[in-house]
Amino acid sequence: MTAPITSATALHADAALPATERNVPHHGGAINPSVEALKHTFGDAIVRADVMWGETTVFVHVDQLHAIVQWLHDDPSQRYDYLVDVTAVEYRDALRPIEVVWHLRALGYRRFLRLKVELPKRSTMIVPSIIDIYSGADWLERECYDMFGIKFDGHPDLRRILLWDSYKEGHPLRKNFPLRGRFSRAEQLKQALAQDPEARYSMNELTIAEAFNSLPEDMRRRLAAERAARGGEEGGE
Amino acid sequence: MTDRMTGERRTIEMALGTSGLDAQGQPLRAPLVVQGGSAVALETMSTDEPDMSADHMLINIGPQHPATHGVLRLVLELDGETVVRCIPHIGYLHCGFEKIGEYRQYNQIIPWTDREDYLNSPGNNVAFALGCERLFGVEITPRCTVLRVIAMELARIISHVVWLGTTSVDIGAFTPFLWLYQERENVYNLLEGWVGARLTTSMTRVGGMAADIPDGWLDGLRAFIKGFSSTLEESVRMLETNAIWAGRTVGLGAMSAEEAVNAGLSGPMLRASGVAYDVRKDFPYLDYETYDFDVPVGTAGDVYDRFLVRVEEMRQSIRILDQAVRRLPDGPVNVDDPRLILPPKHKATSEMESMIHHFKLVMEGPRPPAGECYVAVESPKGEKGYYLVSDGSAKPVRWRIRPPSFVNLSAIPKMVEGHLLSDVIAINASIDIVMGEIDR
Repeated sequence: MTAPITSATALHADAALPATERNVPHHGGAINPSVEALKHTFGDAIVRADVMWGETTVFVHVDQLHAIVQWLHDDPSQRYDYLVDVTAVEYRDALRPIEVVWHLRALGYRRFLRLKVELPKRSTMIVPSIIDIYSGADWLERECYDMFGIKFDGHPDLRRILLWDSYKEGHPLRKNFPLRGRFSRAEQLKQALAQDPEARYSMNELTIAEAFNSLPEDMRRRLAAERAARGGEEGGE
Repeated sequence: MTDRMTGERRTIEMALGTSGLDAQGQPLRAPLVVQGGSAVALETMSTDEPDMSADHMLINIGPQHPATHGVLRLVLELDGETVVRCIPHIGYLHCGFEKIGEYRQYNQIIPWTDREDYLNSPGNNVAFALGCERLFGVEITPRCTVLRVIAMELARIISHVVWLGTTSVDIGAFTPFLWLYQERENVYNLLEGWVGARLTTSMTRVGGMAADIPDGWLDGLRAFIKGFSSTLEESVRMLETNAIWAGRTVGLGAMSAEEAVNAGLSGPMLRASGVAYDVRKDFPYLDYETYDFDVPVGTAGDVYDRFLVRVEEMRQSIRILDQAVRRLPDGPVNVDDPRLILPPKHKATSEMESMIHHFKLVMEGPRPPAGECYVAVESPKGEKGYYLVSDGSAKPVRWRIRPPSFVNLSAIPKMVEGHLLSDVIAINASIDIVMGEIDR
């Protein structure tokens, strides 16, 4: 692993200090030099690139995404060591594909790059997880899954994060999700009252607690049912 | 066992003055047998209690626990008192800010930005306005730029002050909390004098500010700058070389520079680990490159370093405020762009054209060209970014908040595992979380 960058100024002290950007054009403007290198290395996997409001967006092919991010992270000429954000955009136009967006920063080179993958709405909506490259992707990918239903292949613990596990109304940031929710107020209230607050332990946590036999009866039943569903490979007590 | 039943011998359980340890490391509480005046130890009683030393315990902290700074819930697996595993749960405050934003005009979103990181409302307002102005392609006036710097640095001070106060309460020092909250009150008085609101300021508009500062306001700010430094130094003096403070913070929750960058930490959390990444320096906005200030950097990345970094940031904020007060130019606060800025009230009530203009701006809202931008600022918690996508209508297609505390908090399992249960509180406090921003 390459040494960490503790200060961008230390890396290239001769470069001019960055300044507040002014009069940034809507289109055009200086393109991020990483795009040329990406096209050279990955060829057809780079679908297109454009510059909007001074930020470079690169549309990449979903199959190559993991390799591209890995290369951007590792290559000494790129070193995108900082994952800013993972999110998605769905447009109001029903025919336009959903875009999954990764914002990357190279702290040493003071570069910012936006990667995008387009997912047609009727597709399975699976993209590779980059949690093995950036550990910070963990919650960001979980949130994206929670809000959009996009699955991150390779994420070890892909479950809802802001909403609760048993949330049934779908993925709220999808455009076909109404602002007030899918269910009626009465139904939402009914479900909320039916919630057992003690049942909010995940299966992971239930296995810890079971060592004490101190679980409430209903939780023990849940655990047994879950075990049975998994085929009982762990064996009962 | 049978000996005890026989009558001549009496079994007394005694609390030993100096408790010894037995071969298993358990405190010695063996029953003693009195025989002719001398005490003789009996064999240890066998009990039906299970041997729990090999078992792990499940501890649930929160969501309603004062030390979790909101509604964070941590499920901890403990081996004795040592944390083996930490599973955080969030989402108790989720109210769908990003979804609601898709149904609001840009200026109508600004009150929502107050309520995510509510200790940094002016900073969020400024960050969102900067994002919108990029999306609309407008340049703000010089006076507005400096006013926004003042707003952001005041917000940084109140946020760090709350952090220092509450963290010292978590660790057991109550006095700095009161001193610092008095200073926070002073900042809120200043904000109230500026925009009328204290906590939820909504002080920016796309293309300018809600209000210019009133006459004499700068005198109040100068008085605050003068008074705050002494309060800060007083509080810091109480903690910095305090044995209890150091004992409860040094070496806790340390993150190396590689780990911190890889985990996406930002703000004081990242800088305490030795990475000098500050959005104000590396990707400047609001002419921050023209201000003379330093970026403090820690070495160990532990709770103590985070404390030192935040304290030094407050001192640097004072420096920036001082420079901003000196350079504040005269001139208009809002851009001269009728697409964005409402006409003056007296015109809207007297001229037909202005009234129509006012009506259309309020009812339909300004429309940016189709496009997208990500604008990040250095909030007290770290890199706060707004990713705005527009399709040319008056409401954004997507308003994404990049919440710094959310990403910082996601590293908490790595930070607490291996530490004691009581240290979880100190480490959690050092992250400086605001659940409103994490759950949104």
